[in-house]
Amino acid sequence: MLEKTDVKTIDKVVVRFSGDSGDGMQLAGNIFTNVSAGVGNQVSTFPDYPAEIRAPQGSLSGVSGFQVSVGMNVHTPGDQCDVLIAMNPAALKQNVKFLKPGGIIIVDIDSFKESDLKKALFQTEDAFDELGINKDHVMMVPVTSMTKAALADSGMDNKGMLKCRNIFALGVVCWLFDRPLDQALKFIRNKFAKKPAIYEANAKVINAGYDYAHNIHASMPTYRIETRDPRPGVYTDINGNTATAWGLIMASEKAGRPLFLGSYPITPATDILHELAKRKDLGVKACQMEDEIAGVCSAIGAAYAGNLAATSTSGPGLALKSEGIGLAVIAELPLVIIDVQRGGPSTGLPTKTEQTDLMQALYGRNGESPIVVVAPASPTDCFKMAFEACRIAIEHMTPVILLSDAFIGNGSSAWRIPEADEYPEIKVKYVPEALKDTWQPYMRDEKDLARYWAIPGTENMMHRLGGLEKDSRTGAISTDPVNHEKMVGLRREKIERIATDIPALEVLCDADADTLLIGWGGTYGHLYSAAEELSAEGTPVAFAHFRYINPLPANTAEVISKYKRVIVAELNTGMFADFLQSKFPQKDIRRINKIQGQPFLVKEVVDGVRNIISE
Amino acid sequence: MEQTAYTPANFKSNQSVRWCPGCGDHAILNTLHKAMATLGVPPHMTAVISGIGCSSRLPYYMNTYGFHTIHGRAAAIATGFKVANPQMTVWQISGDGDGLAIGGNHFIHAVRRNIDINMILFNNKIYGLTKGQYSPTSARGFVSKSSPYGTTEDPFIPAELVFGARGQFFARSIDVELQTSQEVLVAAARHKGASVVEILQNCVIFNNGIHNPITDKEVRADRTIHLRHGEKMLFGKDMDHGLVQDGFLLKAVKLGESGYTIDDVLVHDAHCQSNFLHQQLAMMDGETLPLAVGVIRDVEAVTYNDAVEAQVAEVRAKKGFTCLRDMILSGETWEVK
Repeated sequence: MLEKTDVKTIDKVVVRFSGDSGDGMQLAGNIFTNVSAGVGNQVSTFPDYPAEIRAPQGSLSGVSGFQVSVGMNVHTPGDQCDVLIAMNPAALKQNVKFLKPGGIIIVDIDSFKESDLKKALFQTEDAFDELGINKDHVMMVPVTSMTKAALADSGMDNKGMLKCRNIFALGVVCWLFDRPLDQALKFIRNKFAKKPAIYEANAKVINAGYDYAHNIHASMPTYRIETRDPRPGVYTDINGNTATAWGLIMASEKAGRPLFLGSYPITPATDILHELAKRKDLGVKACQMEDEIAGVCSAIGAAYAGNLAATSTSGPGLALKSEGIGLAVIAELPLVIIDVQRGGPSTGLPTKTEQTDLMQALYGRNGESPIVVVAPASPTDCFKMAFEACRIAIEHMTPVILLSDAFIGNGSSAWRIPEADEYPEIKVKYVPEALKDTWQPYMRDEKDLARYWAIPGTENMMHRLGGLEKDSRTGAISTDPVNHEKMVGLRREKIERIATDIPALEVLCDADADTLLIGWGGTYGHLYSAAEELSAEGTPVAFAHFRYINPLPANTAEVISKYKRVIVAELNTGMFADFLQSKFPQKDIRRINKIQGQPFLVKEVVDGVRNIISE
Repeated sequence: MEQTAYTPANFKSNQSVRWCPGCGDHAILNTLHKAMATLGVPPHMTAVISGIGCSSRLPYYMNTYGFHTIHGRAAAIATGFKVANPQMTVWQISGDGDGLAIGGNHFIHAVRRNIDINMILFNNKIYGLTKGQYSPTSARGFVSKSSPYGTTEDPFIPAELVFGARGQFFARSIDVELQTSQEVLVAAARHKGASVVEILQNCVIFNNGIHNPITDKEVRADRTIHLRHGEKMLFGKDMDHGLVQDGFLLKAVKLGESGYTIDDVLVHDAHCQSNFLHQQLAMMDGETLPLAVGVIRDVEAVTYNDAVEAQVAEVRAKKGFTCLRDMILSGETWEVK
């Protein structure tokens, strides 16, 4: 045990909850996050849970984790944690590598018996020695026995009492970080609104944990986190998948077209379906279809019928949807395809994050089938980019792929709820009044080459669409060779012209540096932190982050040409680097890559950039 | 034909029909135009959605909204269309390959969900557009380009699949039986829910005469029976044969023989909740028992699209949110000043 009692005022801390996947670590982590956000901290979370719903109890494969960073200037859930909570030996073994040197470990010492150690494949009787952990940094709390003691008079059975262990641990953590218990109790009350007996039990247990930590505080350093987000407004805690779902709803409101989702459950995208299924209260029609293909096809049917239509999936599902997306390309219908990327190929790493679907999104269809690809940068940016995906789809009559990922989809942050007029109206491409007598289905707006959307049910607008090539004027089936080449060109040009309807690429950090660090999608927080750290330590780095992948922002060439060194950091073997290289062959584009199913560590990026610069 | 504001010509597009001369599809297209005129649903409130195959070209020949989609997916696309725009009358056109092979999953789930669409299954027991491979309705041993020594698998019987998926409407016709086709198409459209109409269709190029043992003029009256709700199950050139109950099974008898009279003959009840007898009727294959045409089952049940609409209305009324922001503000929030 530590001897000193310090009160540290630091700007942020990272806490990692870990335990068996049945131990309720995600719930404990979520409550801690909500309470922290409620007292004005910035928060960023990273649930790290196994693919198995319930792996054997106490086994290494069954360990579930939840990491959260709270405080000021929080851009990521943190590379490593200041405090690790491990409910059993397996959790300790799997998670100790995420602990900062000198960090604190809290364990449930009741679950470190010989049989527990065996399940986690320890060779000796001392898990801490075996892992090289300094026991001075370990807080050994008898979580199980104290939870049971707290509930001795409750009349609960043993199994029921054990289910409250997570809340005891949460009580300890709340004391440690000076979180108000009444806030935590509010969340627990909501969670168990329909089970008052369970609420009572958990209320007892969180107090017991808090009191226990208080009673032994003489041997623990205490962190205090006092920050405030500078922008005024009403905030809520939001994860990327919920933000994506809400972005679609916002777009539906701004376009005046009803929202339809056709989907099929797949990790880690399913929460989008869950959220939109709840949003029948806003008129959303979310249909769980029989398979991934039916998910995209029902959405295509809904798009033809005049709805803002979307389908949500992850990599393997995107593969199944390819043919359908091709139909939306040739039919030139607005359609939003959300891919919450996970580790691949095949079933791969279903719960882990990667950016390996970029090539699939750009090129994974038969024929010349250009498509718009956009990628949100953070959990809260999912809202904005989902809105953007819809706006582009509707205003330019094209399918759009939104490339989210498991990291930002599951991660959460505090989010300022936008004001009613903060987002623009989406201008639906209805057939203009002036054209009504001469209209043909493939007539285009000369400016952006988008065709018009004639909604079924409208008189005198009956028309047939289909997957066969169409005559560029009449829309009738055409096998004319020259017409086909013309249509291929028109479809490509339509996508390219969207470059003038998206924001320019911004250069962040040290714009005058001679090195440009480039990222895209969900790595923003880590790369931004790395660029700031490098600049602060005397290695100036400019940073550009792409959220619009196809087409690229119009000033991309101009930005890239300014820098002596261009480095793309991404969670794949270099897909975006290859894409940029093909567009800018004169530049030698360098790469920092990681394909471990985990987000970057800021340090990895910092080291990677330094290595390239020092060559 | 009932008088409505429309004639068959109102539903014909200006495209020239490109099926082979003599193809059964021509007759089905014409009866569909007539059925639509009878129904009186305006062309702009009608959508025809197809997959891939010869029959799936049909939407191009309609002056309605139409979508010629991709192989096997018509039922899924039609489902999304109907949910999104429930005021439209939606027809789905598929062949036996499109609907029952590559699209088999969507077919059974559309039927199970009871989405209010009218699914016409053109069954010619062959792949025509790819030039003559066996289909999931081809009989065991059928010789084709992809089964030069005969197939080694049993076929689907479409009706059996429909009942297996708890279908509430099944009807059958033959391409050359224009009256019957029109009658069952109208009935299918008037039925609320997923309606499946199987039409035995002749592919004049790759499977000419496949239905002849049943549909030839010489034998048709004896080998088919036209079922009509509330009428006796009679068949034969002189309508002197009937279907009677024989234990758990059906039996064909000649009236006046072995003591059978008209009183023994079953009366067709298409609206019976139990599909037990409907299934037996639909499984008659024209050999020992006559093949059934007409509406075999027509039972009302809640449709998927109506249930979705009702749930949306109920939840909206209960929560009373006016917009997204309203909904978000009702949850856990905090203010930063």
